[in-house]
Amino acid sequence: MATHTEQVSLNRKQRSGIWDWITTVDHKKVGILYFLAGFFFFLLAGLEAVIIRVQLIYPELNIVSAQTFNELITMHGTTMIFLAAMPIFLGLMNCIVPLQIGARDVAFPFMNALGLWLFIFGGLLLNLSWFLGGAPDAGWTAYAPLSTDYSGTSGMDFYVLGLQIAGFGTLMGGINFLVTIINMRAPGMSFMRMPMFSWATFVTSALILFAFPPLTIGFFLLMFDRFFGSNFFVADAGGNVIIWEHIFWIFGHPEVYILILPAFGILSEVIPTFSRKRLFGYSAMVFATALIAFLGFMVWAHHMFTTGLGPVANSIFAVATMTIAIPTGVKIFNWLFTMWGGQIRFPTANLWAVAFIPSFLIGGMTGVMLSVAPADYHYHDTYFVVAHFHYVIVGGSVFGIFAGMYFWWPRIFGKMLNETLGKWHFWTFFVGFHLTFFPQHFLGLMGMPRRVFTFLEGQQLELGNFISSIGSFLMTIGSIILIINIIMTQAKKEVAEYDPWDGRTLDWAIPIPTPVYNFAQLPLVKGLDPLWVEKMNGNNKMTPAEPLDDIHMPNSSILPFVMSLCFFIASFGFIYDVLIVAILGIAGFFFCMLLRSLIDDHGYYIKKEELAPVVDEGGKA
Amino acid sequence: MLLAGCGEENLSALRPKGTASKISFDMMMLSIYIMLGVFFVVAVIFTYVILKYRKRRGDEDIIPEQVEGNTTLEVIWTAIPILLLLILAIPTVLATFTLAAEEPQEGDDTLKIQVTAYQYWWDFNYPDLEFNTAQDLYIPVGEKIYVELTSKDVIHSFWVPALAGKMDTNPGLTNAMWIEAKEPGVYKGKCAELCGPSHALMDFRVIALEKDEFDAWVNHMKTAESAPQTEAAQAGEEIFTESCISCHAVGSEGGNIGPDLTVFGDRETLAGFLEMTDENIADWIKDPQALKPANHMPAFKDQLNDDEINALVAYLKELKAN
Amino acid sequence: MSAEQTSTLPQYPEKATLEGRNKFLGLWFFLGGETALFATLFGTYLGLRNSTAGGPTAQELFSLPLVFIMTVILLVSSLTSVLAVMAMRRKDMKGIIRWFIVTVILGLSFLGLEIYEFYEYTHAGLRWSESAFASAFYTLLGTHGAHVAFGCGWITALIVRNFRRPLDTYNAPKFYLASLYWHFIDVVWVFIFSLVYLLGVI
Repeated sequence: MATHTEQVSLNRKQRSGIWDWITTVDHKKVGILYFLAGFFFFLLAGLEAVIIRVQLIYPELNIVSAQTFNELITMHGTTMIFLAAMPIFLGLMNCIVPLQIGARDVAFPFMNALGLWLFIFGGLLLNLSWFLGGAPDAGWTAYAPLSTDYSGTSGMDFYVLGLQIAGFGTLMGGINFLVTIINMRAPGMSFMRMPMFSWATFVTSALILFAFPPLTIGFFLLMFDRFFGSNFFVADAGGNVIIWEHIFWIFGHPEVYILILPAFGILSEVIPTFSRKRLFGYSAMVFATALIAFLGFMVWAHHMFTTGLGPVANSIFAVATMTIAIPTGVKIFNWLFTMWGGQIRFPTANLWAVAFIPSFLIGGMTGVMLSVAPADYHYHDTYFVVAHFHYVIVGGSVFGIFAGMYFWWPRIFGKMLNETLGKWHFWTFFVGFHLTFFPQHFLGLMGMPRRVFTFLEGQQLELGNFISSIGSFLMTIGSIILIINIIMTQAKKEVAEYDPWDGRTLDWAIPIPTPVYNFAQLPLVKGLDPLWVEKMNGNNKMTPAEPLDDIHMPNSSILPFVMSLCFFIASFGFIYDVLIVAILGIAGFFFCMLLRSLIDDHGYYIKKEELAPVVDEGGKA
Repeated sequence: MLLAGCGEENLSALRPKGTASKISFDMMMLSIYIMLGVFFVVAVIFTYVILKYRKRRGDEDIIPEQVEGNTTLEVIWTAIPILLLLILAIPTVLATFTLAAEEPQEGDDTLKIQVTAYQYWWDFNYPDLEFNTAQDLYIPVGEKIYVELTSKDVIHSFWVPALAGKMDTNPGLTNAMWIEAKEPGVYKGKCAELCGPSHALMDFRVIALEKDEFDAWVNHMKTAESAPQTEAAQAGEEIFTESCISCHAVGSEGGNIGPDLTVFGDRETLAGFLEMTDENIADWIKDPQALKPANHMPAFKDQLNDDEINALVAYLKELKAN
Repeated sequence: MSAEQTSTLPQYPEKATLEGRNKFLGLWFFLGGETALFATLFGTYLGLRNSTAGGPTAQELFSLPLVFIMTVILLVSSLTSVLAVMAMRRKDMKGIIRWFIVTVILGLSFLGLEIYEFYEYTHAGLRWSESAFASAFYTLLGTHGAHVAFGCGWITALIVRNFRRPLDTYNAPKFYLASLYWHFIDVVWVFIFSLVYLLGVI
């Protein structure tokens, strides 16, 4: 409403430095923070993984104690999934999706920032457990009652509360993207013209929306059992430990797809760009994505074949699980046929994308094998499963993340990652990955259960474990090369040029660095791959869909940071049983909510006079 | 074929020695063959595409044809996997039902065993024969044995890879499975569900005996009584009655907090994973935590002197079925 | 803003701005997530409702008359929130405020009765840590009660903030969303009534 223009200050306050970053509601900055925090946790969890592999390089080593080992595996899994892979994807989504759909902002910038800070404080809380009496030690799956009455440290308290807080944040992120994508697409950007990464974000967000609330409840039940003496998982008082398994996997299986669908999306952007061809079978790809997500909710009990659910349940879930292979196969073939007949270039981004295909395929194949319930009675909880999900999550999600990183780095950080170092990173990590995880298939079948702090001599498990550990060292070297690459890239002055990869989608139709308002004028979308369509029509930029006008922007706010801090403080109240601190923390949170409700926030406007020079300069916006 | 024969003889799931593990193994092989076929097809297309369609110098001006898709192809790569999965799904369902355990009827002479898992040891009860063992499970060869499983603390999982797939032991609930060994031998068993620090060391043994040997063993078990022969062992018995019996049973007497020690002298291993030597037994009594972290047995190095411990070792080693 | 401006408000002021439409859609998605949340709680409760471990059972405890009164109160409060939205259609801010005040009062009486009910059950021996059934019952009902309490707080904040302000496209979505949320709580209660209480006494 025009009347609001007068109510708000015309000149936005110029903030700088740390204050700017902790109050930002700009999706691009939120995205960068997600990405950086996620990357930090990725390195931390990677370090934990290396310690695990050092312990297992020879039989019967005692480099870390059994208790510490269990803490390491728990923190490695939990951190990688909740604090590394998901936030990095959320970071990429935040940075890229609004640009891809032609939006100036996300639907809920405030809530977006809140989600970010909840994740950061949740992650911080979880990791502080290392210094405050020991990390959680019941595995990332936290099966009760090992996680309730039999836990060796107070770490599970940190697990329950830290992940609860981070989970709230993720849920907010999910709702934000759903609404953004439905309501804020540019003129002409119909659903069936939307880039696959945006589609993947949309479907992933729907998965988050329905998968995280069950986990929220699960964490509450664990928390009540641990803190307040309830009996959900206390067999003697009528509790049932299987309920936790169900709740966890009702969340946990969709979570796997939350981790892989965005990677599918990235691949569907990177492969067409570097094949110089449109995505083969776009509508089949969209349909397959949605179908995978839908089926993802129907198969959770395949993690519980040995729980004793009986042959009927096991058969149903086995067959249901197999069906997921069909849409996944469709995706693999569509990528192959996207490259078919193209002009494939192999910068590092595409190396990762192409390497994804066979690596993920192996993970998918072992996935089908695992769905065969009578065979899973052996695979379950062995290194075969460890190998399987690392093929899916490293060979799939992480390779996808790396492809996306090298691809979108100029978009997000304005500079090009070094290609030579990139290729070193690729080859060391790729070879290391297969060395680490391929032998683990055999170790599992040869009788090595997962989550063992050591293995005994003379069971013919020595060779596989040794190779596996060597592979993990190679992956470490690859990661170090990546860090060096990032530091060197950010240290240099040279800014990336406009549209460095011959891009196809709207995210490449914007100047580098991205202006705060993304698009001075919203673009008119004329087809799938809108920028490519314009290029084929002889334009190097988008046709505007509207005249130049004032742009409405949201005000930044410190509240998201403070609200997350309140939860952080409340958690310590619960953990150390100081009820007053817990109550004050939660009250603080609700007080901030009240402030948010009571104080009108109409945002500010960037005047068109400020924009005009940008457009006249022949900027590509 | 490459896989068969991988791993240690009596541990590997790839060298099935039991009826159930053979069924599982056949299902593994079926799925592996199908999957290798899929991998081969994808690998061929992948390699061809990567080599054939690399960008070459001079390509810059040629824009590849922007193919939208191909319905026929989409149908093909949807339909063929469906067929393959049907081939896999039907035997999967059949085998799932074959492997399910049915409770034996009244009057059925199926051997029944109740497995109870504890942090970090296994109790095996033979309800119809009315005796207990721990850590070593004796079964007759060539018979389907009905196994009931539960736990007294956290969730564990009972796995004897060479004989059968695993089954969880859930506190407060009872699961069932069956096992059948096709040839005599000593098979390694493991806990397959994270259950605490010593999860890795929660091993056990399944000893499959020919039917007549098994019957003889049962007879010995029923008549087993502790009658220490040597002087040292007699001294050991006294110490045992004083210090150990509240947790450990021998014969019909004693607590059930720790493993039943009635036939301790017959055990294949000490604590499931250590070699059964005098030295190891003594070390265990002195400080169990050093060997198997976080187990529930207190250390006796301050309560008992070396002589007492040696006497105890002598006594324990004499506890045998025959 | 003057009264004239109020009269120029569109028919659906809550969806007149992009922000309003975003909030509207966002709340619907949020309620979708809440459905999954309550479904999990219901599942847990149904799994444990007979696990009384020797403590009091549902049959022994539940008194349907009280629950019936609570149900009626909550259903009527849903109706009053509809009346508030109908006042919004008439662009009658006073009506909105009036009906939402009634809604909050009904919500608070519901909460009062629920607290009374819990108090009675506790004295009848169903303490929180008595059995798995008790834990599941109090957690399900408590989560719903917390939602009611939050709703009361939310609507009260809206009433206080907008007591002397005209209806506009900025505050219309806020009221509309609160009423939508309130209906959701009501629907959850209908499920509690049937799956917890009715199933408990038969």
